[in-house]
Amino acid sequence: MSKTNFTRRGLIKTGAATGAGLALPTIFTSGAMGFTNEPTGSTVKLGFNVPQTGPYAEEGLDELRAQELAVEHINGIGDGGMLNTFSSKVLDGTGILGKKVEFVTGDTQTKSDAARASAKSMIEKDGVLMINGGSSSGVAVAVQSLCQDAGIMFMAGLTHSNDTTGKDRKANGFRHFFNAYMSAAALGPVLKNVYGTDRRAYHLTADYTWGWTQQESIQASTEAIGWETVNNVLTPVGAGDFSSYITPVLQSGADVLILNHYGGDMVNSLSQAVQFGLRDAMANGKQFEIVVPLYSELMAAGAGDNIKGVYGSMNWNWQLTDEGTQAFVKSFGEKFGRPPSGSAHTCYVQTILYADAVTRAGAFNPCAVVEALEGFEFDGLGNGPTLYRAEDHQCFKDVLVMKGAENPTTEYDNLEIVEVTPVDQVIYPPNHPMFGGDEASLGECNDGA
Amino acid sequence: MDAIILQILNGLDKGSAYALIALGLTLIFGTLGVVNFAHGALFMIGAFVAVSLQRLFGMSFEQIDETKTDFLGNPLKVNVPYVDSWFGPDVGEWLIDWSVPLAILVAIPVMLLVGFVMERGLIKHFYKRPHADQILVTFGLAIVLQELIKYFFGANPIQTGAPDAFTGSFDFGRLIGFDPNVIIYPYWRLVYFAFAAVVIGAVFSFLRFTTFGMVVRAGMADRETVELLGINIDRRFTIMFGIAAAVAGIAGVMYTPILAPNYHMGMDFLVLSFVVVVVGGMGSLPGAVAAGFLLGILQSFASMNEIKAIVPGIDQVIIYLVAIIILLTRPRGLLGRAGVMED
Repeated sequence: MSKTNFTRRGLIKTGAATGAGLALPTIFTSGAMGFTNEPTGSTVKLGFNVPQTGPYAEEGLDELRAQELAVEHINGIGDGGMLNTFSSKVLDGTGILGKKVEFVTGDTQTKSDAARASAKSMIEKDGVLMINGGSSSGVAVAVQSLCQDAGIMFMAGLTHSNDTTGKDRKANGFRHFFNAYMSAAALGPVLKNVYGTDRRAYHLTADYTWGWTQQESIQASTEAIGWETVNNVLTPVGAGDFSSYITPVLQSGADVLILNHYGGDMVNSLSQAVQFGLRDAMANGKQFEIVVPLYSELMAAGAGDNIKGVYGSMNWNWQLTDEGTQAFVKSFGEKFGRPPSGSAHTCYVQTILYADAVTRAGAFNPCAVVEALEGFEFDGLGNGPTLYRAEDHQCFKDVLVMKGAENPTTEYDNLEIVEVTPVDQVIYPPNHPMFGGDEASLGECNDGA
Repeated sequence: MDAIILQILNGLDKGSAYALIALGLTLIFGTLGVVNFAHGALFMIGAFVAVSLQRLFGMSFEQIDETKTDFLGNPLKVNVPYVDSWFGPDVGEWLIDWSVPLAILVAIPVMLLVGFVMERGLIKHFYKRPHADQILVTFGLAIVLQELIKYFFGANPIQTGAPDAFTGSFDFGRLIGFDPNVIIYPYWRLVYFAFAAVVIGAVFSFLRFTTFGMVVRAGMADRETVELLGINIDRRFTIMFGIAAAVAGIAGVMYTPILAPNYHMGMDFLVLSFVVVVVGGMGSLPGAVAAGFLLGILQSFASMNEIKAIVPGIDQVIIYLVAIIILLTRPRGLLGRAGVMED
């Protein structure tokens, strides 16, 4: 005689579990048959998640221009831009694997929750296969983690915190942009040459993931050249008036101010430091100096004359003379009447790299794309020979040390390239303590199946 | 000692802006009984009047310079400001350089007009409605105004420099016997403080020494009696709204070299200015001014590293802490009339 375990309580439990399963957001289950958002028609959709409102909206607008241009080039419209100089030749202007590329856009508002909401909507409602864009590390880390869970590729836009490919690295996420460590490694030797080894630095640091890692990195690299760190003061993001943080600097015995600020904060803190006469001051018998570790064209334009002679670093700049850069600047410049910004370049390149990886893999499945990108070496996209390192999905390439130009002739050349630091000088092991050490792991690639 | 003097100086310019905005808020609350959450937006609009004038003076036509090339290798198009070609480079450059102070002349009529339109077009319909309705409608208006500014000027801060004559800083320490470079203070911030003192003095004088001001003060004290005397107090109060808008506007104009204007600067200042009004005493003009400077200086002190080492994050909350203490112990505020906020 058989006895069944079918009880009322058991039925309720099973029912609840089934109900919860059915109620799960579709992004976690929709790929059960193949993978998330597997394309079936003649088109494929990409999601460009950039700040269209909020403090980095101008940067987001430039990213959108570049993404639009990349899609045109992938679909065979226009002059092809960097596809002509890219070392991989599999993209032939017929879209990706014969499917025409379309795109949808989302607004990150430079807020993690808004960025996740717009990414989620693009994945669930629009069925995008890849998300690209953004101008903040806080946003990048949040969206990268969402894409990982959803089984979608994340090709990061502008994100400079060590954490994005450090302790928060994810298998489905790839970063072309450089990071705080690389900025610091490139800047250190240049600062030693121009300001010497006997310097005392005072740091003002934006109080969030990017600021902390930027400060930690530049402190390490300046101390390595013999500088002393006098103080590090954390400032709230969007403080506006930095005067009360700037006034104690001269009294502290420091002779260099390092501004670990970005965007509007950097524009304000640098301008106010100049207003308070720091650049004209003498300290410890030396000319007082200011350093801005991370530059962008839009920040430089915002800060105006105040950046003259101030050192910083960039991932890429339109004034580079290599073939790839020239091809990109030409197609971007002819279409939009202005040279592209660094964040525009990164988004353009990431979109091309994604399309190329899918084509080389012969499949849209994210795990196949991840495999195609891991350890991929390429050239012709503007920074010389570049490696997408398999261990942490960080790109390694030359880094630019920049300086505010003394006599700019147009509004676009207010920064000048001081040095192209070779990649060997900025590379680090994947388990570097600033990048999460041995515990940092990409995890498994997720295709949503 | 030098650190204390520095923080007092630092507090003065921020305090000046708080005082000017709070003065306008108090004027509107005292006359019309309206809690105007759009007042910060008026400060922001003033700042953008300065930006607009600078852009207007900077408007240019393209001239091709065959000797140079642009980023695409084509002959460089050089922008020549119209003012340079109309008035000669000397006058043209002077106009561009002095655009911020000159913007005051433009901002006064513009802000008076904005104030009149705002009061007649929207706010007057809410006089008899509860404060919650007034707050909602003015807050909504503030958001509309800031989005409009963002639409036209973008989201990034726009550098709007002081005249060259006022760039750089003044070695205040050397004047009072300290070592050089110990207490330095930018010239423009001194100008701002002096400007705020003049504006505040002018508003007080206007209210105290003119017949118009006397009637307004009488209306603030007892509106019904003044109306019974056959005086159209509404019209005067509307004018006061315009004046309060103008004060906020020119405060914004002159603040642009200190803080690059962006569309949300008004909201940043508004919340703090409300706290200033509450601390100073709702409806008290001297209270608003005194509390503005007091809280500006207090905020500066709270940002000192030594203080933050003891109480982390105190610089972000100090003003609100003071507001809580005042509301608990003296709800009418420092110089407020007995009865206001106490019932």
